[in-house]
Amino acid sequence: MSRPVAIEVSHLGKTYDKVRAVDDLSFQVYTGEIFGLLGPNGAGKSTTLRILITLLTPTSGSARIFGLDSVKDADRVRQTIGYVPQERAIDRFLTGREHLELLADLYHLSAEDAATRIPQLLKLVELEQQADRPAKTYSGGMKRKLDIACGLLPDPNILFLDEPTLGLDVQSRLRIWDHVRAMRERGITVVMTTNYLDEADQLCDRIAIIDGGRIKALGAPNELKAGLGGDLVSLTVREEDRVEKLAAAVRDLPAIRAVTTRPNGLDIRVDSPEKALPAILEAANRLTCQLEFIDYHRPRLDDVFIAHTGRSIKDDQPKTEDS
Amino acid sequence: MKEYWQEIRALTMRWVRRLSREKFSMLFTLVQPMLFWLIFFGNLFQRAADLQVTQSASYISFLTAGVVVMTVLNNGLAGGVDLLFDKENGFLERLMSTPIHRTSVILSRFIFVTTITSLQVLVILAVAWLFGVQPVTGLAGVATILLIGMMFGVGLTAISMAMAFSVKSHGDFFSVLGFLSLPMIFLSSALVPLSAMPGWMGFLAQFNPMTWAIDAVRPLILQGWAEALPHVGMVIGVMVLFDALCLYGGARAFRRAIG
Repeated sequence: MSRPVAIEVSHLGKTYDKVRAVDDLSFQVYTGEIFGLLGPNGAGKSTTLRILITLLTPTSGSARIFGLDSVKDADRVRQTIGYVPQERAIDRFLTGREHLELLADLYHLSAEDAATRIPQLLKLVELEQQADRPAKTYSGGMKRKLDIACGLLPDPNILFLDEPTLGLDVQSRLRIWDHVRAMRERGITVVMTTNYLDEADQLCDRIAIIDGGRIKALGAPNELKAGLGGDLVSLTVREEDRVEKLAAAVRDLPAIRAVTTRPNGLDIRVDSPEKALPAILEAANRLTCQLEFIDYHRPRLDDVFIAHTGRSIKDDQPKTEDS
Repeated sequence: MKEYWQEIRALTMRWVRRLSREKFSMLFTLVQPMLFWLIFFGNLFQRAADLQVTQSASYISFLTAGVVVMTVLNNGLAGGVDLLFDKENGFLERLMSTPIHRTSVILSRFIFVTTITSLQVLVILAVAWLFGVQPVTGLAGVATILLIGMMFGVGLTAISMAMAFSVKSHGDFFSVLGFLSLPMIFLSSALVPLSAMPGWMGFLAQFNPMTWAIDAVRPLILQGWAEALPHVGMVIGVMVLFDALCLYGGARAFRRAIG
């Protein structure tokens, strides 16, 4: 399957003060997809994004956007992309309309083009009513919508979103997701960073899990989850000395893929839960092994994240700002 | 070229719009130097100041040149503040991700700061005129004063922008600003002629570009072209050098920050 490539990143590296923020990153983004860079704060996803939008020069490797080099052809890259920075990149004193007018001039739109496009965009993000109020009166969700309208103003082929729903309430979040999906319908390639697992899972067509400046996993969320192999059954055992014995018994049962032991229980990957679960419970009964807790779930994206990075996305987030 | 002008005009208009939305801030920006320095300070020291020492008809007439240059100093040093906030809240990134010429943002700031400062200088001269201070060199003298102010202002704004792009937080910026501004005023001929200062202060004040600017502006107001011209020629030379140095440093800081 070969799909047209919008972005080609190869062996990208960026070092700040001897710290490797991004380390030998390679991936492709296909045209027309929503591609997510998922990782905890400080993982290197914003650095990657900033290189792609030509604001940072890579220390090594290269990034090509529709065949244009992010450094050598920076000016032409800037003409084909739209960028929605993290929250607050808004001038409090300007109205929504004035933001778009300013950007229209920076993208060198003619007065006529600006006059037709700006009302369209305001309508698209449902900001017509508030267009002539200063942005300081906007709610978080409205600011975000204005951000997105600003990103769409140049009619970009690729739109970059940096943490599009950070700090938003649930309602606004779902709205923004709808807007992002609508962009894909219009044929725009979307590249976004996020540290929300559910956002990556539900919104993105493909994701790259980034941790410590490196790609740990790459693919569609469903593929990544399926790649873990089977659903997960976790048992917590009351008498810890029985764990090994139970593990040995479970391993021989049908529909079992893999068994790993914890000090107080077992994690079991199963193929078909309706066969495996009764058998597991029976084995526990037979060995008079009392179960304190049973947890069963399909693989979630956090399981994928843990499997590839060895930790949960919420663990040990560095206190420094994402760079 | 047409596109470049479109960018600069739009970015400059943004600064104008911001200022017009901050009515109070605008009022205080305009009124502060003449109110505090010219009217209060000037009248306060009217009798305390020895007119033999200041060599002028009144202390206010002596002080006018100082207040003009002080205004240029303060506006120039604060000229980078808005860019600092743009840098901190990500607006600058948004601007830089558009296909604009990299210098447009900076140039728009120079245009804006220079224009506002020139307007203020005119207001100060008008207020001084109400207190009986009439520049003896007339309108041509006023134009020359504006020119000197602009040249000095460009260098100062460049310093301010360089700082804005280099500092880690705006706290640092304002600390440095506060630390720079008053000593620059005290160690210059703004309030007292060099000859009346304690030796060491007078010595240091000689190297202050503010002193040079004031020494050119003051004879334009008080004495006449004959006394002013040598100073004006001198200060223009010095300011060209000063601006070149500041712009070079500013450009380097900008390139480091923006890439």
